[in-house]
Amino acid sequence: MTAPLVLGIESSCDETGVGLVRGHELLADALASSVDEHARFGGVVPEVASRAHLQAMVPAVQRALDKAEVTLRQVDAIAVTAGPGLAGALLVGVSAAKAYALALGKPLYGVNHLAAHISVDQLEHGPLPMPSIALLVSGGHSSLLEVRSLTGDITSLGATIDDAAGEAYDKVARLLGLPFPGGPPIDAAAREGNPEAMAFPRAKYRDGTFDFSFSGLKTAVARWVEARQAAGEPVPVADVAASFQEAVADVLTRKAVRACTARGIDHLVISGGVAANSRLRALAAERCEAAGITLRVPRPGLCTDNGAMVAALGSDLVAAGVAPSAPDFPADSGLPVTEVLARVLA
Amino acid sequence: MLILAFDTATPAVTVALHDGARVVGHETTIDARRHGELLAPSIAAILAGAGAGTADLTGVAVGTGPGPYTGLRVGLVTAQVLGSTLGIRVDGICSLDILAAQARHEADGREFIVATDARRREVYWARFGPDGSRLTDPVVTLPAQVPAGYPIAGEGPRLHAELAAAGEMIGPRYPAAEALAVIGADRAARGVPPGPAEPLYLRRPDAREPGRPKRVTA
Ligand SMILES: [Zn+2]
Repeated sequence: MTAPLVLGIESSCDETGVGLVRGHELLADALASSVDEHARFGGVVPEVASRAHLQAMVPAVQRALDKAEVTLRQVDAIAVTAGPGLAGALLVGVSAAKAYALALGKPLYGVNHLAAHISVDQLEHGPLPMPSIALLVSGGHSSLLEVRSLTGDITSLGATIDDAAGEAYDKVARLLGLPFPGGPPIDAAAREGNPEAMAFPRAKYRDGTFDFSFSGLKTAVARWVEARQAAGEPVPVADVAASFQEAVADVLTRKAVRACTARGIDHLVISGGVAANSRLRALAAERCEAAGITLRVPRPGLCTDNGAMVAALGSDLVAAGVAPSAPDFPADSGLPVTEVLARVLA
Repeated sequence: MLILAFDTATPAVTVALHDGARVVGHETTIDARRHGELLAPSIAAILAGAGAGTADLTGVAVGTGPGPYTGLRVGLVTAQVLGSTLGIRVDGICSLDILAAQARHEADGREFIVATDARRREVYWARFGPDGSRLTDPVVTLPAQVPAGYPIAGEGPRLHAELAAAGEMIGPRYPAAEALAVIGADRAARGVPPGPAEPLYLRRPDAREPGRPKRVTA
């Protein structure tokens, strides 16, 4: 018997993502991004993102169907990001998904974006052993989670108390005159730089919590750059990028590994846009190996927001026999990670 | 013929069904913050009440705004998805035209204005002929820039005293899908090419390009 075909829709930020998944097999992943429209504003503009989602939604679904060579009639269930994310952006995906469910008469799962980021790794590396620790890092979130079940038992161990890691990348990129989003250009510049050139601060490094803070790091980089500029000296962009990136990767991987050892869990999955960062991936691999932890990181295209991750989690929920969401579930910009599924059908 | 009509351009989430002869079901809920929650269940309820399913639909008529709420997109994306999935006609109708159809009898042979809430102390408005046909493109302006002396319909005169004072207040506050369903069924019957199911924003998104990064050192 073949597993059900699940259509996943993602619209929580600036990517309109549509994925088709059967079991843990990825059949198609279509993406439309409004990132270029936000670049000159130095950050995602919610109304611009929402308008782009409306334009991109139906064509993206069609592209995914074409790639997978299936029709909508063959879809067995639909999953959509219910939150967290930008309220207006989420609303486009949720409304579209409800219309597909209505037109096709198929069950609809309103799912948690963060849980979807974890589930997506299974499309590449197979079922995720339980329990696992998950480190989610992106422009919108930085959190450490303990995952006992992807379909209903995820607890937060810690999260950023100020900026998300990806946000710090964007701000430092702007300081250095690099484009938005800041992750890829900083990663590229850092390859030519010395990660030990400057000792930027590692906030909350030994505070015993699993929380993060990146606001002070961003300010420290700004102070350093401004002092250089005030002295009329050139800013060594590569060294600043490498040293900043080292500080971020150091704190994230240290806390993730410590979470594993503290909780006695030997599997770590890292996902989210910042998980595409080469230094984070390399340092995590090194430290996990030293600590005897099995590290799982999806390929970069699956780390950033996409529709496949939503379909992957939807597939987990269908397989677990979980009841779908009620038809009136809301788009919830603050959906807590403890709620994998939005408003379950009573 | 079975035309499903809905509009989410105002705080009203309004749905109706037309079988080619008459409106066979309708439902309106006023809640500016819950368009995304209310629309799909309301459509399902109206269809069930008429003993129909989505497969029986022959067309969709949707209000295209203008509207200041993120809810405007709820109606439009729903219409686009239903249209593409069911392979049926999707007819986009300016939401001011729906209100005009509801108000024209009270205009009593005169030209009239429809004005709706655009927030930020502005209104969306257009001028209509006695038969309900639109004479001007919809615009967004301050209430003071709306011409005086015309009967005026919609939420505009109910929110702005100067609009209420400038002309006789007529018609309802919000568009009703029953009126949209009649327009949509009539246009489908006459084979009028469908209007684009795209939102009338009339404003650019709020976004400012950043200046130089703020200094952290004095
Ligand atoms: Zn994300």
